Amino acid sequence: MSLDVDVDHRRGDFRLKARFTAAPGLTALFGRSGSGKTSLVSIVGGLIRPDRGRVAVDGQALVDTERGVFVPAHRRRIGYVFQDSRLFPHLSVRRNLLYGRWFARGGGGASVDLGGVVDLLGIGHLLERDPDSLSGGEKQRVAIGRALLAKPRLVLMDEPLASLDEARRAEILPYIERLRDEAGIPILYVSHSVAEVARLATTVVIMTEGTVTAVGPVQDILPLADATDGGAVLDAKVSRHDETFHLSVLESAAGELQVPGLDAPVGAPVRVYIRSRDVMLSLQRPEHISALNVLSGKIVSITPATHAQADIRLDCNGAVLMARLTAKSVDRLALAPGRAVYAVVKSVSFERS
Amino acid sequence: MTAEEWTAVRLSLLIATTATLFSLPVGIAIAWLLARGQFWGKSVLDTLVHLPLILPPVVTGYLLLLSFGRRGPIGSFLADEFGIVFSFRWTGAALACAIMGFPLMVRAIRLSIEAVDQRLEAAAGTLGAHPLWVFATITLPLCLPGIIAGAILGFAKSMGEFGATITFVSNIPGETQTLPSLIYTLTQVPGGDAAAMRLTLVSIAISMLALLGSELLAKRIGARRQTA
Repeated sequence: MSLDVDVDHRRGDFRLKARFTAAPGLTALFGRSGSGKTSLVSIVGGLIRPDRGRVAVDGQALVDTERGVFVPAHRRRIGYVFQDSRLFPHLSVRRNLLYGRWFARGGGGASVDLGGVVDLLGIGHLLERDPDSLSGGEKQRVAIGRALLAKPRLVLMDEPLASLDEARRAEILPYIERLRDEAGIPILYVSHSVAEVARLATTVVIMTEGTVTAVGPVQDILPLADATDGGAVLDAKVSRHDETFHLSVLESAAGELQVPGLDAPVGAPVRVYIRSRDVMLSLQRPEHISALNVLSGKIVSITPATHAQADIRLDCNGAVLMARLTAKSVDRLALAPGRAVYAVVKSVSFERS
Repeated sequence: MTAEEWTAVRLSLLIATTATLFSLPVGIAIAWLLARGQFWGKSVLDTLVHLPLILPPVVTGYLLLLSFGRRGPIGSFLADEFGIVFSFRWTGAALACAIMGFPLMVRAIRLSIEAVDQRLEAAAGTLGAHPLWVFATITLPLCLPGIIAGAILGFAKSMGEFGATITFVSNIPGETQTLPSLIYTLTQVPGGDAAAMRLTLVSIAISMLALLGSELLAKRIGARRQTA
């Protein structure tokens, strides 16, 4: 599957001029509120007709203003999960799930059945319920299932977790991960949360004021994403659990990491997001220090963030790590690209993103 | 009650039911156009629909007589081509009632369509449903209480319609003499007070039954929605 977008759309004072190609897996559209993310997915989904441009899935044009092509939303076979779940209030959960089935005949798209989707999302006990009686998290899971059962070629998720609290988000994230890894349907995911993007994205498209400013793999792009709260994404595996101290030990390219106990089996892939302001640098391997994680690496670049601060990009055995230091520290340690350093990360600063 | 009175009651029910059933599909279509449509002349259509509410009923009846009468342009065409005659027939009374009740019906349905969340309709579209199918499976069920309310309003208005009916199709016993027409006739003759009072009570009873029926229906729909 490939999704090519190149559109130019004006609404009032706001101009959306975006161009990107989404690779398989989960592509995150990341940016602040008002950067045009939702307008862009609405254009892909067929809810907004762009002034000019082209949208194509697998080479088939859905919108091509030059050739006068506009495929209406109901013929696009693109699943859409909205921020507000938009379940039909007069239909049961089961009938909501099956709503798209009648229109999904014919080839192409994901091969899914009710049983498979119900298992994937853990909603079997809700089938006979009324949408109004579901919690926010349950509603979103049903909405995701409903989109999948319409056999989409591509699923759009517009901030599906934004209206939920922290606990409900944690409840849904694993299901979206399973969807990305097991169902094999490409996902275009809108978010302004670094944590969500770090955890879910394969590819990141960064949007700023209506334009795409960067596209690429999450490990490369996310460190550049947010100047005020930057960080780095590390892919890791659970290697063991330390029951005595309620810690989990992760194996990553950068080295071993000890993090607060995770609810994941040994061997499970996890992603950790390390904020740059949680990373200290030392020229020698520090000893007698409370922090449990010390990773060795090399400085790649030093970018001034503000007049008093700088972002240090490290290469830790191939993995990227970001550290935010004061300009004074950079000067005192005489940090420069190429220099070998030790990055120190407190275990308590890890959050399961 | 006398045979004449029973005939008037039966005729009124027949006319009101016919008027409601025939105007309902048109009413839903016009209400949808006014609620969701964006087209040139929408305010003109809106005004036309509401006209019978503002005009004196006699004027509406007279306009009907001019256009749908035997010599009227529409009336002569329908009579010659299809054999459909409205003037001085109960069908004409039904037409007059349908037109007089139409603004009330459309208003109720339009409000309920406007209350249906368009974001739900958009969601149904992304699931592959054609706009007509979206209307049938999402919009229509969600605005059903409004449609029932509109139908009842139209029916009640038809049961009470007097001015336009008597102007258009006169007051012929057994053909166009509805309940209100008969009550009017009875009040014009000496000794008709008792009969007029009887029919007034019948009229009140029918109106209340219609209202009660709509309440029950709305409740059942609500209950079905809970268990569905």
